[in-house]
Amino acid sequence: MGALLGVLPFFAYTAIFLVIPTLIVVVGAFLDGKNRPTLGNLSALAQPQIVSAFVHSVVLSAVTAVLGAVFGALLAYAVSTASEGGLLRRMMTSLCGVLAQFGGVTLAFAFVATVGSEGFLTLWLKNIGIDLAGSTWLYEPYKGLILVYTYFQIPLMLIVFLPAVEGLRPQWREAAESLGASTWHYWRHVGGPILAPSFIGAMLLLFTNAFSAYATAAALISQGSPIIPLQIGGTLSSEVILGQENIGKAMALGMVAIVAVVMTLYVVLERRTTRWLGR
Amino acid sequence: MAGTVKLRAARRRKQTIFRRLVVALVGLFFALPIVGMVEFTTRAPGGGRTLDTWATLFDLGVINADYPELKTGLQASAGLVVLTVAIMLVMLVPTMTWVRLRLPGMRRLVEFICILPLTIPAIVLVVGLAPVYAWVAYFLGESSLWLAFAYVVLVLPYAYRALDAGLSAIDVKTLAEAARSLGAGWPTVMWRIILPNVRTAVLSASFLSVALVLGEFTIASLFSRDNLQVAINLLGKRDSSIAIAAALAALVLAFIVLFAMSFVGAARGSHRPKEN
Repeated sequence: MGALLGVLPFFAYTAIFLVIPTLIVVVGAFLDGKNRPTLGNLSALAQPQIVSAFVHSVVLSAVTAVLGAVFGALLAYAVSTASEGGLLRRMMTSLCGVLAQFGGVTLAFAFVATVGSEGFLTLWLKNIGIDLAGSTWLYEPYKGLILVYTYFQIPLMLIVFLPAVEGLRPQWREAAESLGASTWHYWRHVGGPILAPSFIGAMLLLFTNAFSAYATAAALISQGSPIIPLQIGGTLSSEVILGQENIGKAMALGMVAIVAVVMTLYVVLERRTTRWLGR
Repeated sequence: MAGTVKLRAARRRKQTIFRRLVVALVGLFFALPIVGMVEFTTRAPGGGRTLDTWATLFDLGVINADYPELKTGLQASAGLVVLTVAIMLVMLVPTMTWVRLRLPGMRRLVEFICILPLTIPAIVLVVGLAPVYAWVAYFLGESSLWLAFAYVVLVLPYAYRALDAGLSAIDVKTLAEAARSLGAGWPTVMWRIILPNVRTAVLSASFLSVALVLGEFTIASLFSRDNLQVAINLLGKRDSSIAIAAALAALVLAFIVLFAMSFVGAARGSHRPKEN
């Protein structure tokens, strides 16, 4: 009994600031403005702007997860061929650590300063006859947001995937080569299959990363709420229609449901990964 | 044998070319927005270059007078960093040690709770925290500093992993029993035995928390509180040059913190037997 007292502060704290908020979202999604049970919030999710926000979010996250995973994996492999503990590897991991974390306002501003209407790349491209300034492409979910999100997805992929690439033992490649395998054969039959579960797992992690991101889009987009985190943010800061007070919670529950499915897949894959790479 | 050696040398050359090409291309992509920020903040009216914006940013008097929101935000973030790291350490280190010593059956539950925030997007947490923060404001007032309670939840997964690695590397049980048999009380065991032995883990957990808190925007902005990122965002609507300069300065600061951390981590790795 005395031993349990030692963990009481931890459980009390996480109950108040983690478990109760989660329950508020889950339960609140099924309550109306007067705390009576209802399914109205969930059916309100069928409103066209909410459906399109969900679709935008899922497509945006999926596309940037694939782009980030492919380029990030190439980068991770390239970095893994550099000497261990060398400057390149250390620089790259720290740089990626920052760039993966520091999305948000900084990143939005950086892209505005680069390819916004006054950005240096925009001005430079104008000189050679390509006009980017006229359109609002940077603020559209399928154009600008894909570019901006990919910027933090690639570094995250490096951080998540580098340990897996480093787990490839040189002996495996030498063994394959001594049996006459070419580079292609090695990647097709040895390296690829070993890395595949980690690669897909990392891609799922990237998906949830993009799907959860709020700050970057919020700082970049000032008009409309094309993606679901912005829709939820909107319900917190503005007046909500009577009878739909808890629609933000329903949207939040929808997000949690999607993240939960993806994370479950991730855990299953992670178990497979540990078999070969022994982490 | 000679054939294998030649093959290996050829592959090494190819790998070097591949590495340089990929690092150069991705590096260019990483660099462009940063160059964009530097270029934008050094523009002089009517063309040419000037460092005026940067001189302003580091001139505390001017910042105080003309950009009070930046000062408030910076102060709030500094306070949040300290409070978040303090709560995180005071809560996690004793709990995790205690669970290892006395309640090994609870380890999975504690781990589950600590990893849970990874599956809950910050925006969802904000929705659920809104009523909780109504109570916090009622009892403790509206100060931005109380955001630290939510930030501790955000850093839980990263801090847990760092500290767990540190505690796994030492024999907590033997150390604690040895100290106890020599008459040390639990606070002494915690402060003088466990803490010094996991200091690199404590450092890396703290550094990660610092980086996360300095970059946090979602919760602060939706609860209408001040922090550095909220201030920068607000400033962006008024004076984009100084806002972008401040954002870049914060980014560089975080990079320095994480780069320093990679050396701390390396120092720990060097005297630990390498796996595989």
